[in-house]
Amino acid sequence: MTDVRYDRAPGDTPSEEMQTGASSEALIYTIGLLVALILTATSFWVANTSLLWEGGVGLGLAVLAIAQMGIHLVFFLHLTTGPDSTNNVLALAFGLLIVFVVVVGSIWIVSDLNQNMLMPSAGPMSIGAQH
Amino acid sequence: MNIAVAIDSVPQSAVPSASEAGPAPKRIVVAYGFWIFLLSDIIMFAALFASYAVLVHSTAGGPTGARLFNQSTVAIETVCLLFSSYTCGLMSLAINSRNRLGMYLGAVITFALGAAFLTLEVREFTEMIARGATPQRSAFLSAFFTLVGCHGLHVTLGLIWLMVMMVQVPVMGFVASVQHRLLCFSLFWHALDIVWVGVFTVVYLIGVSP
Repeated sequence: MTDVRYDRAPGDTPSEEMQTGASSEALIYTIGLLVALILTATSFWVANTSLLWEGGVGLGLAVLAIAQMGIHLVFFLHLTTGPDSTNNVLALAFGLLIVFVVVVGSIWIVSDLNQNMLMPSAGPMSIGAQH
Repeated sequence: MNIAVAIDSVPQSAVPSASEAGPAPKRIVVAYGFWIFLLSDIIMFAALFASYAVLVHSTAGGPTGARLFNQSTVAIETVCLLFSSYTCGLMSLAINSRNRLGMYLGAVITFALGAAFLTLEVREFTEMIARGATPQRSAFLSAFFTLVGCHGLHVTLGLIWLMVMMVQVPVMGFVASVQHRLLCFSLFWHALDIVWVGVFTVVYLIGVSP
């Protein structure tokens, strides 16, 4: 082992687990696979069932997808909260901020534009533009 | 003797920090740089997701997603990609323990599952185009083919990359640069699976839910 505490390369397993051998690492991948399979099956069930309230299906699917992405990050990419992984997590957090701004901002702005422009007889919103 | 004992008993907190010790090993620098690239790639996908979400109802009288998508195909594609991510992880374990047979086995299974995914996706695309749902038909279909096609293109590039690596390992051996490339490949492949989770949820499940 090296004497210096460097950061961990993204995708590498934590150093404590490197010493315990490959079988426990394979177990980590297997746990991740099983949890991801369960979440995927739940997603497909939620999308096709008629038992659930329709209005909540979209939100539930989004939550399941985000949970599965987290499972992939933790069990397949070995992202941890440890000090040697701080830089990786910070880069990911910044990336997620940009993703959030791009997706939510686009949907918000365009739905707002649709509301204001595409319904000529919708009501008080379009008074100025019509005549 | 006494000095050696004294050095051995230095507490763990006195280990020099990374900033005092100079640049990190190349494996860490390479993987971190590739991590940054992957995040920028994911931001590009975010833009494509946003355009899809904005245009999903702009069908211009053409076919909607509910009429075009076949969920059982998507389920098989999802399982293929998930298992190939798993075997890719097992392959990187075999690489870390210098197990050549395990690495080739993992690579072959990963490649086969990735190729199965790609075959199903290409067949889905050709069926859609044969039914008149071409990218030119509506803004919804343009956004669909851009988003899903871009992911499929990434999978194609990943398969080519894996083939190149499987030539480099026997030719060059397990030298450091080959190991760095294999680490980057496994990062790429896991990231593609994460993007696919977004694709099947946003495009195939939320778009067609009853």
